[in-house]
Amino acid sequence: MSAAVDTAPVNAAATADARDRRAPWALTAPALMLFVGVLVIPLAMTVMLSFHDWGQYKGIEPVFILKNWREIATDPYYAEMFWRTFRIALLTTLITAMFGAPEAYILNRMSGRWKSFFLLVILGPLLISVVARTLGWALLFGGNNGLINKFLMSLGLIGSPLPFMFTETGMVIALAHVMMPFMVLSVWAALQRVDPQIENAALSLGAGSFTIIRRIVLPQIMPGVLSGAIIVFSLSASAFATPAIIGGRRLKVAATLAYDEFLNTLNWPLGAAVAVLLLLALVMIVVGSNALIERRYAEVFR
Amino acid sequence: MRTNGPLALIFHAIFVIVMLAPIVVVCLVAFTPEGYLSLPTTSFSLRWFRKIASYPEFVHAFWVSLGLGALSSLVALLFAVPAALAIARYSFRGRGALAALFLSPLMIPHVVLGIAFLRFFTAIGMGGSFTGLLVAHVVVVFPFALRLTLAAATGMDRSIEMAAVSLGAGGWTLFRRVTLPLILPGVISGWALAFIQSFDDLTMTVFLATPGTETLPVRMFLYIQDNIDPLVTSVSASVIAITMTALILLDRFYGLDRVLAGKSDPGR
Repeated sequence: MSAAVDTAPVNAAATADARDRRAPWALTAPALMLFVGVLVIPLAMTVMLSFHDWGQYKGIEPVFILKNWREIATDPYYAEMFWRTFRIALLTTLITAMFGAPEAYILNRMSGRWKSFFLLVILGPLLISVVARTLGWALLFGGNNGLINKFLMSLGLIGSPLPFMFTETGMVIALAHVMMPFMVLSVWAALQRVDPQIENAALSLGAGSFTIIRRIVLPQIMPGVLSGAIIVFSLSASAFATPAIIGGRRLKVAATLAYDEFLNTLNWPLGAAVAVLLLLALVMIVVGSNALIERRYAEVFR
Repeated sequence: MRTNGPLALIFHAIFVIVMLAPIVVVCLVAFTPEGYLSLPTTSFSLRWFRKIASYPEFVHAFWVSLGLGALSSLVALLFAVPAALAIARYSFRGRGALAALFLSPLMIPHVVLGIAFLRFFTAIGMGGSFTGLLVAHVVVVFPFALRLTLAAATGMDRSIEMAAVSLGAGGWTLFRRVTLPLILPGVISGWALAFIQSFDDLTMTVFLATPGTETLPVRMFLYIQDNIDPLVTSVSASVIAITMTALILLDRFYGLDRVLAGKSDPGR
């Protein structure tokens, strides 16, 4: 996580303070109580909720049954929905890596003032409401006479309008735009640790541009690309606003399905089961790929 | 270092245009003089911005968002500042686990948090209340408040505190007159970043908001679900303008690169 957490206090004053055992707990107690009371307990209650029964007329019944889990496991609707969720997240991750990594590299080679200006332009949208950004894509996609279709048709690239709204293509494009800053930021951070002289050394030894990118730059920024990919994947798989606005009511992903179960169908136990499964799947994927990356790039992290 | 070739610059130009296109389109459509979605071709009009005033739901939602963002980031700081000082200064058993717990809202999908909070607040009879929404936002923005405060507390020069202690200052006076002023830039940036997070959050809030406590993103989202018209683009353009102003202020105050570095982990 953040570097500040990992660095142990080293100065003399801190070691003197370390003798005081109670102070740190007194200082963190309010926050700890808040987190146990309003985060740990609600999460535990949600896991419990996924085992409860529900009926149209009887509402939620606090019993312990596997009904919801069995329904998710057996009904192919849920398999298809989860498959769609992870397919969209994977495609989004690939697109952000394909365009975000070269862009970070290009940014890093710009001169000081341009560099900070374009960094602000590309990372700034991170702080702009995701609803506003997705609305922009809804306007660009439009129906059949959306701006993108008009533009592509005027270039002669396509003969008839392509459907973007209410399709997975549209969802992936809009999500890739929303997630792009995370990838650029992650690769950018990796590039800051790369010594530019290595590239010059390769150049002086007669390597061509392509060889330098493939043999020198790519291996060094790969940890950044992969950690960016983990962030983008987990955020895309649990994204709500973009799939809901671009995908509409029929093209469901895990987050929008859970929302529907909670606020429209009112089948809370089933919605809780979908959410818990999403959380478990994401934790497993993130922890698993983190372990893989750390093993593969042990030398880089050392 | 080698410079970018023409191909790289063309790639860069297209990249920047695509990144900005959706935001620019929203802002342009907001100024349309027509009654339907269109880019203004002949003249710019403020009619859709004026229309916001006659749509009380948006105005009310804006005030809810503003109050909720300001209050939840402030409350989060009240919890985060002492916690950050403890984590920055003491090495104690469970320090790493505690830090992981405090940053965990960054890792948990907001849809799961929304469901957990909805379940919890309904169970204890606080469903649909502003207090419940406030507490949920405090937990979600806490990691952002903690991180920037922690960075300031870790980098602080403690010899000034030592000097104050040797001159007889202690306890509350030491904190209020010496420690707090020294970490204040970090605290204020933590507040600002937490505010933006709270102000922008949709996924978690959409589960908790009821007609009286709808925030602006929730109101915009529900509006878009029904239909998209120029009104919602003028509201979006206003939100973008407010965020940009906050961004520029933040950049002046603290340096945006440092703030954004604090946001590089999963946030939504």
